[in-house]
Amino acid sequence: MAASTRGTVLKKRRLSLAALRESTTAQGLALIAPTALYLLVFMIVPMILVGILSLMTRGPYGNVVYRLNFDNYTRLIDPLYLRILMYSIGVGAATTLITLVIGYPLAYYIARVPARQRNVLLFLILVPFWTNFIIRIYAWIMILRTEGLLNSFLLNLGLIKVPLDILYTPTAVLIGMVYEFLPFMILPLYTSLEKIENAQLEAAADLGARPLASFLRITFPLSLPGITAGSILTFIPAMGMFVVPDLMGGAKTILIGNLVRNQFLTARDWPFGAASSMLLMFLTLAMTLYYTRKVGFSEDLLV
Amino acid sequence: MKIYRIIAMLAILALLLAACGGGASQPEAKEVNLFAWSEYIPQALLDGFTEKTGIKVNYDTYSSNEEMLAKLQAGASGYDVIIPSDYTVAIMIKQGMLEPLDLAKIPNYKNIGEQFKNLSYDPGNKYSVPYQWGTVGMVYDASKISTPPTSWKDLWLPEYAGRVVLLDDEREVIGMVLLTLGYPKNSTDPAQLEEAKARFAELLPNVRLFDSDSPKTALLAGEVWLGMTWNGEAAIAHSENENIQYLCPVEGCGLWYDNLAIPKGAPHVQAAHEFINYVLDPEASLLITAEFPYSNPNQAALDLLKTKDPAAYEAYMGFPATNPSAADVQNGKRVEDLGDATALWDRIWTEIKGGE
Amino acid sequence: MSEKKPSAWLRLFSALVYLYIYLPIVLLVIFSFNKQKLNVSWEGFTLSWYQELFRNQQILLAIRNSLTIALVSTIVATIIGTLAALALQRYRFPGYTLTESTLYIPVIIPEVVMGISLLVFFSLIGVRLGLGTITLSHIAFSIPFVALVVRARLHGFDKSIEEAAMDLGANELTTFWRVTLPTILPGVLSGALLALTLSLDDYVITYFTAGPGSTTLPLRIFSMVRFAVTPEVNALSTIWVATVFLVLLIGQMVQNRQR
Repeated sequence: MAASTRGTVLKKRRLSLAALRESTTAQGLALIAPTALYLLVFMIVPMILVGILSLMTRGPYGNVVYRLNFDNYTRLIDPLYLRILMYSIGVGAATTLITLVIGYPLAYYIARVPARQRNVLLFLILVPFWTNFIIRIYAWIMILRTEGLLNSFLLNLGLIKVPLDILYTPTAVLIGMVYEFLPFMILPLYTSLEKIENAQLEAAADLGARPLASFLRITFPLSLPGITAGSILTFIPAMGMFVVPDLMGGAKTILIGNLVRNQFLTARDWPFGAASSMLLMFLTLAMTLYYTRKVGFSEDLLV
Repeated sequence: MKIYRIIAMLAILALLLAACGGGASQPEAKEVNLFAWSEYIPQALLDGFTEKTGIKVNYDTYSSNEEMLAKLQAGASGYDVIIPSDYTVAIMIKQGMLEPLDLAKIPNYKNIGEQFKNLSYDPGNKYSVPYQWGTVGMVYDASKISTPPTSWKDLWLPEYAGRVVLLDDEREVIGMVLLTLGYPKNSTDPAQLEEAKARFAELLPNVRLFDSDSPKTALLAGEVWLGMTWNGEAAIAHSENENIQYLCPVEGCGLWYDNLAIPKGAPHVQAAHEFINYVLDPEASLLITAEFPYSNPNQAALDLLKTKDPAAYEAYMGFPATNPSAADVQNGKRVEDLGDATALWDRIWTEIKGGE
Repeated sequence: MSEKKPSAWLRLFSALVYLYIYLPIVLLVIFSFNKQKLNVSWEGFTLSWYQELFRNQQILLAIRNSLTIALVSTIVATIIGTLAALALQRYRFPGYTLTESTLYIPVIIPEVVMGISLLVFFSLIGVRLGLGTITLSHIAFSIPFVALVVRARLHGFDKSIEEAAMDLGANELTTFWRVTLPTILPGVLSGALLALTLSLDDYVITYFTAGPGSTTLPLRIFSMVRFAVTPEVNALSTIWVATVFLVLLIGQMVQNRQR
């Protein structure tokens, strides 16, 4: 008995494997399943909790009262919050643009050095970011301070007469933000630049393309997915970042990240905090999906 | 093949979950889980407690009352001793988040000075006993400012443009602005708050930074000349640079009390009582004062210091940051929970900081 | 211009960017030898902070916790995230847009919201807070970073090579190990490095999902700031950076010898 049943089981298994081999849909589902399940448990379910919370009411002591309430959303329709949102988007966009301008040539450089040096150079980008975040920020504060490293350096060179007031200004915030997000731009750029074969570029050169032309016609378009990934990984967290603006900008502005955080920690109005983050997430998601559809990963746009 | 890998991964995940869930029901009697500010309890004190009682202390940290409150409110459990400030104690009592204390198990409670017992946020010390206390006052660099400030109003002087540091704390800052207008620090009156908002906006050009974590750093670095800090910050800065001075302006300092308490559902209530009692021991309490220069409510500890180390006692009593005068304490203003007006305060803070 | 050798300008520019990246690190290393406890200005040379560091039980425990969490979460997130990237870049299946959107949630959700909602979730299902819950949360926010980077790498990847391998008799697994993985490896490595960086640095989400005795290094350091950023923390960063450099150097030397 055993032999024959095992035979059918094996056959069945082979059949199902064959089916898996045949059906790309099944393969796709099999590959996405771990992520989908993981995020379902640890993201979607908590998100539903936040959604429910956003419809509740704040109690007098900052507790949550289970009474249905849509005011948390109507309160958000307010020019003040719109202004804060626009400002945060501006900070995020500026950070993304500067990291792109600085990161692209560097990623290009790393992708073009001999293969065995690449990983070392890549590691060297990351090592500083394995020290502690707050310690790095404090190091920057020491550099930018009125009596700091940068000012004494410039004064000694005679380049300036009076110390520059950089710390606690928007310039300082940008220096810190760009610093913190640089790896998140460089790594995706590198991964997409690295796969462009020298052969392709040589072929272009053989056909008489000038370096600039071959960059614009071949390298740049082929690196677009890297730009997309890097921009998403930089822009979204940069928009919500508030620790750098607080420490290096002197906490003189409120960004969208502060706003949400304050609702949970200072005003202790969880339902309103939940509502504002639901709205924020919805807006960001819509923007991201639109962006990836428009310039992102879709194959046909890039050939 | 891929299917099997996925199954294996799910199994690992399940195991992970089981592993974290597993230990939940078996608390060990020989430990106490402390959840407190960092750099607030000397290691020597914890070691002394473990040596004396054999109870191990796990010390986890938070960096603001609100962070701690949010975490417990969201359902975190397992902590045995926390250190909330006065208004946070009041909130936690109202929400039933604290375990009542059995003062019979804390004989060292008698060491606490009478003026620190039975305070309005916890009448009869049913839920909390004082740990440290202090003020929020004005700090200035005497090498940069010739005439010492006397009033919070001096922060508005045009010569201090870009030279002021304030705590990044809406309750202390807006409260201070209200005081300069002659209104109560915890006002919930919309008209008074609207006026305070306009006044606060006028102060902004003078403010170089808001910093609650380490306002002394900007002062010591010469970045700012004066501002608002915790007393302990000023004491540390003073020991580093004698020109840094601290005072309570005429409108009054802020006043705060940090307290030892046991959160509801603590797994080791007995050990928590033992720990609290140990902290109130005069010898142990002196370890705190030696390391962290806030004000100590433990009268027995101060008496002990006087006989043991007169020089240290003089230093403690002589500096207004560690030992504010009775008049300053009398004139001190505590932060109180605002209830529903919290939203209004937060709105003002957001408007000022998110302004044009 | 030959594309094989980067031009002098490009090399100069890259050197400047590395300078920018390493400037604060150099300063941090120098100030780990500073006598002054508040670390505001230079006061004199000392090694005492290194001694202090090795005596500080709280910090040593925090380092151990941080490394454990970072390693486990990076490995798991890299595997799961790579599979997701393969699925999203190569296949169309029911629920595609929904999964793709879900993948972005950990990136777009404000940290404090993610932290609190995970904490509420964990306490609802009665899981004990600790290293396990922190690790689970770190995996959740690392997956999209891995998936996005690997996806950028997969883009434009020629499937015909894989098909050729299969035609030559290789099964899926062999094809994956021998053909697909080597090609996407730079992407997988980059993704893993980002995941590691995120995990080592995370404060907010870790704070909310941590339980008694599971304090990590960022938690410890963030709350130390209330007193001062003492040189002790700089000493710690110095040792850490030096260790990584040493490992890199040895790796390079071994590689060179093999040649």
